Amino acid sequence: MWFFSDEEKELAKVCRDFAKNELAPFAEKHDEEDSFNEAAFRKMGELGLLGITADPKYGGSGLGATAATIVMEEFGKACAGSTLSYLAHAMLCVNNIEANASEEQKAKYLPKLISGEHIGCMGMSEPEYGSDAIGMQTRAKLEGDHYVINGTKMWITNAQYSDIAYVYTRTGDEKKDLTTFIVEKGMEGYTTGNPIHKMGMRSSPTGELIFENAKIPVANRVGEEGDSTYHMMKNLEIERITISGISLGIAQACVDQCIKYANERKQFGKTIGNHQLIQKMLAEMATETEMMRHFLYSVAKDYDNGNKGATVAAQVKLALPKMATKIALDAIQLHGGYGYSREFPLERMMRDNKLNEIGAGTNEVMIMIIAKNLLKEAAK
Amino acid sequence: MNEFQVEIKNQLEKFRLNKIEPFMEEDDRDEKFRMEIFTELGQLGFTGMSIPEEYGGAGMGLEDVCIALSEIAKSSISYAVTISVSSMVQTIINEWGNEEQKKKYLPALTSGEEIGAYCLSESSSGSDAASLKTTAKKTENGYILNGSKMWISSAGLAKTYIVMARTGEEGSKGISAFIVRDGMEGFTYGKKERKMGWKVSPTREVLFQNCFVPEENLIGKEGEGFKVAMSGLDKGRITIGSLGVGLAQRALDEAVKYSLERQQFKKAIFDFQGLQWMMADMATEVEASKLLVFEAAKQFDQGRLEQKLASMAKLKATDTAMKVTTDAVQILGGVGYTSEYPVERFMRDAKVLQIVEGTNQIQRVVIARCLKKQYQ
Repeated sequence: MWFFSDEEKELAKVCRDFAKNELAPFAEKHDEEDSFNEAAFRKMGELGLLGITADPKYGGSGLGATAATIVMEEFGKACAGSTLSYLAHAMLCVNNIEANASEEQKAKYLPKLISGEHIGCMGMSEPEYGSDAIGMQTRAKLEGDHYVINGTKMWITNAQYSDIAYVYTRTGDEKKDLTTFIVEKGMEGYTTGNPIHKMGMRSSPTGELIFENAKIPVANRVGEEGDSTYHMMKNLEIERITISGISLGIAQACVDQCIKYANERKQFGKTIGNHQLIQKMLAEMATETEMMRHFLYSVAKDYDNGNKGATVAAQVKLALPKMATKIALDAIQLHGGYGYSREFPLERMMRDNKLNEIGAGTNEVMIMIIAKNLLKEAAK
Repeated sequence: MNEFQVEIKNQLEKFRLNKIEPFMEEDDRDEKFRMEIFTELGQLGFTGMSIPEEYGGAGMGLEDVCIALSEIAKSSISYAVTISVSSMVQTIINEWGNEEQKKKYLPALTSGEEIGAYCLSESSSGSDAASLKTTAKKTENGYILNGSKMWISSAGLAKTYIVMARTGEEGSKGISAFIVRDGMEGFTYGKKERKMGWKVSPTREVLFQNCFVPEENLIGKEGEGFKVAMSGLDKGRITIGSLGVGLAQRALDEAVKYSLERQQFKKAIFDFQGLQWMMADMATEVEASKLLVFEAAKQFDQGRLEQKLASMAKLKATDTAMKVTTDAVQILGGVGYTSEYPVERFMRDAKVLQIVEGTNQIQRVVIARCLKKQYQ
């Protein structure tokens, strides 16, 4: 992209090399086994990526949305599942602690999360509260110097591998009486549930966080009681932008693979790239990927320049995952039987990408937000 | 539907809910085919549906077959496709085989004791089937087959294989069709393909290394193989369409049921207009596909089917299955993405319907060719 700095170009190269050596060769195996590429994850710490947006004084890289999106794209091309786990750690956990926690809490938790010694996750959704997350029912009650928490968090990326969980709870009956805690593995009454088997993103562990009269010290409360919605609002945009980077990576990888295949595969005496129907698929998916790239990075850059753009971030999150699913489906189609087999990565990419239309706010929730914002803005 | 059709639909609905559905999550994960399910379907008369009764078949028309397969597909595309491929093999033997071949091979296939498989595709000839390279060299009292076939459904499970091999010149006219049996010397199976969906139905390569096939196993005459291979095409396309219809219908059922139960923002998510529109579109597409597939089947039974309609039925019904299953995952959200609910499996199973029996790109080429003929 014309506006990438030299630093950003270098970052992309580092990530590409890392993905090529540490993620791509193992992606198929972890998808097949439903297992986590923990070794690669720990190594991301050495590259300084696990705290990409965090303050350098805690070991972070102090970079913004553009840089984080570059990582997502490059990793996403190789192994979307590992990238999702990276996102849950670096954006949902580390970046939220960086943005909302006290100096003391940051000094205590960030260094190990950033070095890769600790793995982080974030707990918001519950079995009965998905899109309607603000309705959550996991309760925290103050008792002396600690809170007693009861409830279950569902669809938590990295749950069973996490040392640190950034968790939202309810502390009152009003809709916005929500309070945030940093929960450590091993705290009394806190456990993680069974792994959840999924269609895709299988190399990214998903589980539950279970609180049964869990005792969490007051010192682990982030901000004040009732601060959660304010905390959530702060980082929604960067989360939506960065997860879309995974979809861009998937779309680009599909396009690259399709071009290669169309030049190799012969049917009816010529390479299939000579057939107009194949050309149509290729030309359209490449065009759409280019649109995705320009839309995504211009919004990310704008975000870094101080314009958060709530509506446009939701639009990115609506457009990119949806387009990438279509592109991945077409990429399978273009490869025919081979595309459907697990010898090629395309079917995995399609399965992986489908999650991006559901996680971090479904397409339908994005539509609600976009429409609501547009209507509200016009009525002003 | 007539009375008979209602009866087979009800019978199969009961069967699939009791005998197939309970195993599907587990078997999809373990890629396990249960022969007992297939045999039982055979005992009920559903593994040789379109073959005349004198060979153990049920003598049904294509419309009846489509109703049956569509119903089975609601629980398992894999069993439906196993029946559908085995039926194609039977139809070929019934229409092109001699009396001896029919008597010898059909009863075990129609009864469901055995499974049939169809071997046309090769690693470098998929859509362009006429360029196949497997050779059959004439010897004194038979043929020696060499080469390999790819993407063979039921390979390893099946006992009877219809194999297209080259006996003569390049192109479609140099191809002949043979019956090859499991266990013949020089006939082996390659590794099991790892696939995105259709996991219960095994797909494997089959290999011929100086495999001797006796003369009496030639189907029809030398050089007729491509015609034999293509003869069941219209029927096959309509059948695949019927699988798409069943799958899409089931995905729609799951999506609507779930959206009526699931509450968010204090109301059933069904009550959100965004989802209503999605489901209204899904239901419309399913209905359109159903009408198209069953109309094509009816015209086939009446002997007045045009090739164009068979291609359209396959194209429309399988594109619909893909779209509707994808939307069903979306409506179920997080749980839809897990294997606890069947919709993610449906979505994975739907994709290959757009690829098999002529990719949907090929269907469009066929439809366009028919249009040209029609308007010129």
